[in-house]
Amino acid sequence: MAGTPVLSALDALTGALFLLTALGVVATRQVLASLQLFIAQSLLLTLSAVLLGIARGSIHLFAVAAITIATKTLLIPWLLRYTVSAEVYRTREIERVLNIPSSLLIAAVLIVLAYVVANPLLGVVEVPFAQINLPLGIAAMFLGAFTIAVRREAVPQLLGLLAVENGVFFAGIAIVPNLPVIAELAAAVDVPVVALVVGMLTRRIHARLGTTAVGQLASLREQ
Amino acid sequence: MIERIVYNLLQVVVVVAFAPLVEGVTSRLKEIIQSKRGPSIFQPYRDIWKLLHKDEIVSEHSSWIFRATPYVAFAAPVFVALLIPVLTRYPLFFAFMGDMLGVGFVFALAGFFACLAAADTANPYGPMGASRTRMVGFLAEPVFIMVFFTISFVAGSTIPYIVQTQWVTPIANFFEPSHILLLMAFLMLILAEDGRIPVDSPSGQFELAMIDRSKSLEYSGRGAALMKWAGAMKFFVLIIVFLNVLVTPWGLAQGRDIGSVLLAIPLVLLKVFGFVLLLVYIESSLAKLRLFRITEFIGAAFVISVVAVITRLSEI
Repeated sequence: MAGTPVLSALDALTGALFLLTALGVVATRQVLASLQLFIAQSLLLTLSAVLLGIARGSIHLFAVAAITIATKTLLIPWLLRYTVSAEVYRTREIERVLNIPSSLLIAAVLIVLAYVVANPLLGVVEVPFAQINLPLGIAAMFLGAFTIAVRREAVPQLLGLLAVENGVFFAGIAIVPNLPVIAELAAAVDVPVVALVVGMLTRRIHARLGTTAVGQLASLREQ
Repeated sequence: MIERIVYNLLQVVVVVAFAPLVEGVTSRLKEIIQSKRGPSIFQPYRDIWKLLHKDEIVSEHSSWIFRATPYVAFAAPVFVALLIPVLTRYPLFFAFMGDMLGVGFVFALAGFFACLAAADTANPYGPMGASRTRMVGFLAEPVFIMVFFTISFVAGSTIPYIVQTQWVTPIANFFEPSHILLLMAFLMLILAEDGRIPVDSPSGQFELAMIDRSKSLEYSGRGAALMKWAGAMKFFVLIIVFLNVLVTPWGLAQGRDIGSVLLAIPLVLLKVFGFVLLLVYIESSLAKLRLFRITEFIGAAFVISVVAVITRLSEI
């Protein structure tokens, strides 16, 4: 366990940047920028898993890191770029449920809430790094869910869902000493399928309506 | 005792002398990125020299505020240079005269005078720029407060000399999440406060879109030279506060002899030029925000600083 203070400091830094990318996914206007932020977030998740893997000498965490980098930074972005037409990525999301300053303020409240929620849990899990990863992971979960609520475009909503998933793993790798690889493998198969399905659906919606602002699709229309 | 006063005055000399150079380097680098040659890096010195030798025209309808403002604006960064660590790691003679909030107040005074002077001449663009500056200012204020609050909470002090050593003793403190988040928030503040690109275009010549620069449009001759010099010094001092107090004290003189203090000058300038490279990158890769989008930009800075406070609170 040599060099643990340095590792935990680096992990804390990773966690801070992880949270920043989650905030970015809430706040950015461009669809492409939020996709890039999601990639950055997944890279930070990988980095955190590697740091924890080094600190604990756990091969499982390296497997988690490898799977994360394969699916979330390569496969899912490729799938989303491939299925959804390039026009969607060029657009800016004009209409949101809330404007950006108020959604950022709510995001700040959510982060406080995440710390409040995580605090009693931290008394139970006496694992190093959980101090950092658990509240930040929960915060990223909340922010991802909030992204789904506040956005009206299909692709950013999907990215919010994937950010929730990232948050779950960010918290998960810290509280369990050895995260079973089967859990991560299941996610590795599951999540790209979700991305593929939503991507295909978005492509159809875009082809039919010329927009992907799914927030407007509130009522049925008779043919 | 005497040497501390001398070094303190040396800091002021460094700020006054090298501020136009930093501005020149910034604009030259920007032009190079845009595939142009750009003016010489010494152009700001020539501009100031030329303006100092020109006649000054002052509107007869303006009051003493208009005449006094260039001096107030020029004095503010000079005064601030006495308080902050520009060259040395150890406190100098005037260091305990004011803390970082004091620095904020001094700059606020200069900003207040600049806004009054802009409104004084009844030039239609001046008051518009002044009111916009106020808008950016009052949006940025809560972020400043949060940043200073976190800093004083972490370091247990608001004296910049005590704060700067906090981040590197031990070195793990540098990677604290709250530190990194503070850096982000303060960087965004520098961009907003100095009228840099996502908020305002420093090289823009279109009066209707100006925020910061339109306040000094009415000045000519010596007043214009002082305002230009003061703007360059404010930029330089903000960078110094950011680099030496918030980022790291690396490169500052530790020893008390004159040699190490003089050696700190090129090291600090090197640091500043490194930061200017980053700044030029930011400025060249972003577009200027529309006026009402500025709230989003500063709102993001505010949330980042709040998150910094929260992460800090939860660690203890």
